[in-house]
Amino acid sequence: MKILRTNESLNNFFSEIGGLVLFARNVGQQFFRAPFEYRELVKQGYFIGVKTLPLVAITAFIMGMVLTLQSRPVLMDFGAGALLPGMVSVSFIREIGPVITALLCAGKISSGIGAELGAMKVTEQLDAMEVSGTKPLNFVVATRVIATTCLVPILAFIADAIGMLGSYLSINMYEPMSVVLFFSQAFDSLRFYDIIPATIKTFFFGFFIGLIGSYKGYTTGQGTEAVGMSANAAVVSSSLAIFLIDLIAVQLSNLIYGI
Amino acid sequence: MEPVIEVRHLVKTFRTTRVLDDISLKLEKGMNMAILGKSGVGKSVLAKCIVRLIDPDEGEIRVLGQNMLELDAMELDEVRKRIGYIFQGGALYDSMTVQENLEFQVRRTKEEMSQADLDALVEESLRNVGLLEAIHKMPAELSGGMKKRVAVARTLIFKPEIIVYDEPTTGLDPVTAGEISELILNVQEKYNTSSLIITHDMKCVKMTANHLKIIANGRFYTQGSWADLYQSTDPEIRGYFH
Ligand SMILES: Nc1ncnc2c1ncn2[C@@H]1O[C@H](COP(=O)(O)OP(=O)(O)O)[C@@H](O)[C@H]1O
Ligand SMILES: [Mg+2]
Repeated sequence: MKILRTNESLNNFFSEIGGLVLFARNVGQQFFRAPFEYRELVKQGYFIGVKTLPLVAITAFIMGMVLTLQSRPVLMDFGAGALLPGMVSVSFIREIGPVITALLCAGKISSGIGAELGAMKVTEQLDAMEVSGTKPLNFVVATRVIATTCLVPILAFIADAIGMLGSYLSINMYEPMSVVLFFSQAFDSLRFYDIIPATIKTFFFGFFIGLIGSYKGYTTGQGTEAVGMSANAAVVSSSLAIFLIDLIAVQLSNLIYGI
Repeated sequence: MEPVIEVRHLVKTFRTTRVLDDISLKLEKGMNMAILGKSGVGKSVLAKCIVRLIDPDEGEIRVLGQNMLELDAMELDEVRKRIGYIFQGGALYDSMTVQENLEFQVRRTKEEMSQADLDALVEESLRNVGLLEAIHKMPAELSGGMKKRVAVARTLIFKPEIIVYDEPTTGLDPVTAGEISELILNVQEKYNTSSLIITHDMKCVKMTANHLKIIANGRFYTQGSWADLYQSTDPEIRGYFH
């Protein structure tokens, strides 16, 4: 009995993955198909940016401070206080900035898209678009996926900058340090292989945040409670996807740069 | 002449329940067919199969001379533009005004149309459903009856040859329901459409339909004109008339 149940959920898992892959293919075909909806794209991008920027900024600022305040005593014990800006910049730009941004976007945007599309599905708006030949995958989904793919990297970049600012300010709580010195120490430790993979992975984060939110919304079942379930599932699945991509990204970049 | 809709031996099963089990129907040009049946018997599923929102498991569907199950996406969209589909709740795009709701379909499907022509088309459609004054409203500001009217106007913009009404009067007060039935007749006259009307509102059936079919257990239980069925002594049929 227990084995049967595991089997079933494993089945569900793989059919979800299969469904997502097919969905991605159908959406991908729409990227290059007319009519292209610049207006809708800009509107979605604006909404996503406005909705998440304050959250991302505050979180990144606090994370920058916390990371600095926690690491400082340890580094000081070893007499390595000068390494602090470099350590913060490497960990922030490589990992914390992109992942925190992506997780916040999963919670805010992916669930929002899941709920919005779910409501459109339940009230048959997506069906209405489909039967009038207006291609909802193109108008509704492709625009949102493109918007998240473009915006998450920008948000992550802003998070990195604000996190570093938080770090600088918290170092200054103990001892005055010039901005120039802080940032020259911070950037000295950064290598090409810190920045490039970190940037590339944010595009993937953005893509999957939009795609999974849309997929969950698009495949919403019947009834109002299904909308809530879709929003919820969108957060869970896209958060999981973010960690998986992160793991793959670190393995790949280690392989490529031969570390 | 070939019927505008012809469905043959349609079967649709969801998981374990066989919702449609051998359904066949012919809708001739100019005909208004009412499909009656209790809640959950699969009336909407049948209507959605006809426009391929749901893929049937078995059977054949021909609409306007095309074999719907064999069309590719582009051809399917072409046929769909000639069919108006009124969803149960109206299915208005709730992030757009009434005007944008109507324009949307044209803007997305026809490449060339000047704004002036488009405005004229939107105005004509709205005037024909008697709702020109609501043109700048959002769907949330409309009453149930008005939503249905806008939904009709939205399909009229393509000048459809067939209109499928899924429970057009359900959830409306009797007066508004009567007005919607009037509207169905008006539209039929002005646009010369054939219609499939899914309903269990007998006043609406009497006003609009010239042929009735009753679904039960996945099949058509009986069919005929209002007069035929009205005289039946079968309690299953009599139930609809009281
Ligand atoms: N997409 C679907 N997936 C699973 N079951 C469905 C789906 N659509 C309809 N059903 C089921 O089919 C049956 C008929 O539904 P429907 O056609 O909506 O009934 P009605 O005659 O009231 O319009 C119901 O039991 C419903 O639960
Ligand atoms: Mg129904």
